[in-house]
Amino acid sequence: MSQPKEIFVRLDRCMGCHTCELACAVAHSGSQSLYGAIAEHPVPKPRVFVEWVAPAASVPVLCRHCEDAPCMHACIAGAITQTEESVVITDQDKCIGCWTCVMVCPYGVIGRHLEENNAYRCDRCQDRETPACVDACPSRALVYRSVEEFSRETRKAASEEMLAGEGG
Amino acid sequence: MMSDTKDDKSKSHDPAVRRMIEKAGQVNVPTIWDRYEAMLPQCGFGDTGLCCRHCLQGPCRIDPFGEGPKTGICGASADTMVARGLDRAIAAGTAAHSGHARHLAHTLMKLAQGKTEDYAIKDKDKLMNVATRMNIAVEGRAENDVALDVAKAAMADFHEKETPVMWAATVVTPARAEKLTTLDMVPKGIDFEVSEIMHRTLYGVDADPVNLLVAGLRCGVADLAGCYMGTDLADILFGVPAPAVTSANMGTLKADAVNIAVHGHNPVLSDVLVGAAEKKAQDAIVAGATGINLVGICCTGNEIMMRHGIPSCTHSVSQEMAIVTGALDAMVVDYQCIMPSVATVAECFGTTIITTMDICKIPGTTHIAFTEASAAAKADEIFNIAIENFGRRKNKPVDIPDITTPVVTGFSLEAIVGALANVDAEDPLKPVVENIKSGNIRGVCLFAGCNNVKVPQDQNFIRMARRLLKENVLVVATGCGAGALMRHGFMDPANVEEMCGEGLTAVLTAIGVANNLGGPLPPVLHMGSCVDNSRAVALAVAVADYLGVDTDQLPVVASAAEAVSEKAVSIGAYAVAAGLPTHVGVMLPVLGSPLVTQVLTEKVKDLTGGYFIVDLDPESAADQLLAAIDERRAGLGL
Repeated sequence: MSQPKEIFVRLDRCMGCHTCELACAVAHSGSQSLYGAIAEHPVPKPRVFVEWVAPAASVPVLCRHCEDAPCMHACIAGAITQTEESVVITDQDKCIGCWTCVMVCPYGVIGRHLEENNAYRCDRCQDRETPACVDACPSRALVYRSVEEFSRETRKAASEEMLAGEGG
Repeated sequence: MMSDTKDDKSKSHDPAVRRMIEKAGQVNVPTIWDRYEAMLPQCGFGDTGLCCRHCLQGPCRIDPFGEGPKTGICGASADTMVARGLDRAIAAGTAAHSGHARHLAHTLMKLAQGKTEDYAIKDKDKLMNVATRMNIAVEGRAENDVALDVAKAAMADFHEKETPVMWAATVVTPARAEKLTTLDMVPKGIDFEVSEIMHRTLYGVDADPVNLLVAGLRCGVADLAGCYMGTDLADILFGVPAPAVTSANMGTLKADAVNIAVHGHNPVLSDVLVGAAEKKAQDAIVAGATGINLVGICCTGNEIMMRHGIPSCTHSVSQEMAIVTGALDAMVVDYQCIMPSVATVAECFGTTIITTMDICKIPGTTHIAFTEASAAAKADEIFNIAIENFGRRKNKPVDIPDITTPVVTGFSLEAIVGALANVDAEDPLKPVVENIKSGNIRGVCLFAGCNNVKVPQDQNFIRMARRLLKENVLVVATGCGAGALMRHGFMDPANVEEMCGEGLTAVLTAIGVANNLGGPLPPVLHMGSCVDNSRAVALAVAVADYLGVDTDQLPVVASAAEAVSEKAVSIGAYAVAAGLPTHVGVMLPVLGSPLVTQVLTEKVKDLTGGYFIVDLDPESAADQLLAAIDERRAGLGL
């Protein structure tokens, strides 16, 4: 079985432009277009959050789809399940809006849908080949890779740095 | 809402402002600091100048990391994009300063044509001096005829004509005029240059970053013309500033008076309000107040402080805080630097915001359309609103921070030369030049520009001015830079000994004593509003002409240590065009182009002698300015 892909953040790349947030909201809209989405009621909600870390860094934070997800264990309604691809999903029909998942999530990436009174989060854009945020990121800070691919790239970059260090 | 304690200087170094931030937090009124926090992180593409919205195929962004797009859709490189963006900022700044000047030219013309009775020529000498500089005959002519010609000459400088922009060509040294001609940096018309920038930065026009930057600097020289004209015409209409003692900060508000703040830039209305306030005092007293208390905010405040010694309430980033005191009955605004948020804050504290200019209306405020023909009547209407508001406010608690600093203001070039003439009547500039030669004055630094929310308010001005004064640099200030320094005691002569080096203390004391002040001049000389950066240029040109050198040889530097407005960018452009090392204490949106960054900070030195120093750290910025001063001293053999 091929390794499932995750949304990884290359922390040194984020420009803080919030394009991922816009793209995420559009991907979760009825009209699937920016111009249509901004006029919708309720307004579509982004599931990725670009956080500011003083003095000069911005970090996109989104559901890590933990293998051993605390939110899934904590959900008393049984609304949170994991797919075969390791995507943690909240079933909005089953969600009773108790916000226990919000309390236990270490990343603070679960939102409250005020109009429908239930919880929402990143669903990894199940109907797209690549999640919308990753497609939209203009500086490629967000990438969609398997753990294996991401780690290999990191090792390669580290190796190159070590070699360059040896030369200097 | 962010928490804030009295000692936390992360937002402001001004204790009065800190107290009002705390109050705003307690009553849940969002301020500029809250809005800034909500805006973070700010988009890195805009921040680096790599975002272009000049055509409908865009918006385009270039990925500075190189994996995404390397050019815009049209093929514009990062260099092109950044240079175009910077040019448009310079054009906007130029349009604003010269719009202010044109407004005054219209006022002067209406006066000369007898179309308004609410204005007069306050300074005939200045009128004649300006007319002579503009080659307008003055001998045996009626004042109004000369004024009409000056107004026409001013209006003519906006469009392309046979002569270049006269307010640029005649205000620099002869050598600089020649150099600017060689560099193709002499503006053809002020509006012409603004318009040409808009043309060349259009989709598919100028893509050559260096060509774009030369045009930007030429537009900067047009901005100098707009500023210089603004100062000249305001001096003719409202008087040349002379030294006066006054005070600054929010303690200038009075709980038992009708408090009116004038905010913005142009003295065309505020000066009329100052003149009419006394006559209206009786109405305020009838309403139960002790009188009318006018205070200034931003550069309108600087204009009326310089000419009438009206106290200054606060500046720039803390404008909302004046309202948070709960003691402000009306805030009368003209244009530029007026945050639309004042309307929301005012709603919570019972202040009426009165807009007065057709080009500057703000939703949720009261608009009183001001015209020169109806100036006095409109002033009366404004006073009535404020008095009525006082009637509702009186006997209710207010929170006025009991903080003021003494300020000696009014240092126009004429006032400085006048003070020096009391040292050496025959040769007024000699004492300054001799002290520069001897090293008692190591150099001169102009602090200008705004307060930027990204910098703890006043921090860069305070740290840099303290450092430079200790190193015997003569410091002059304009705009909200002057506002920052005045609120921290830099314009109080009592602080000279503590703040200034020995040489500078001796010079300031000698001039003060020669003028029977019983002590020194203040550590920092207040030269006026932001258009009055022209006064600093005039001072530099006078010294350069005296020494027979050009302005790029003088140990004179400038700093917009906490810049905000595009006007600060255009001022920076003309400071560089005039040959000055020019510090900016916040990041300009140019880093996306290493080429443009290098041209602005290094290569341009080979052309004009001036260059930008972008340094966010006030200590190392002061070091860089001192090094620039010393380099120039060495160049002059000092």
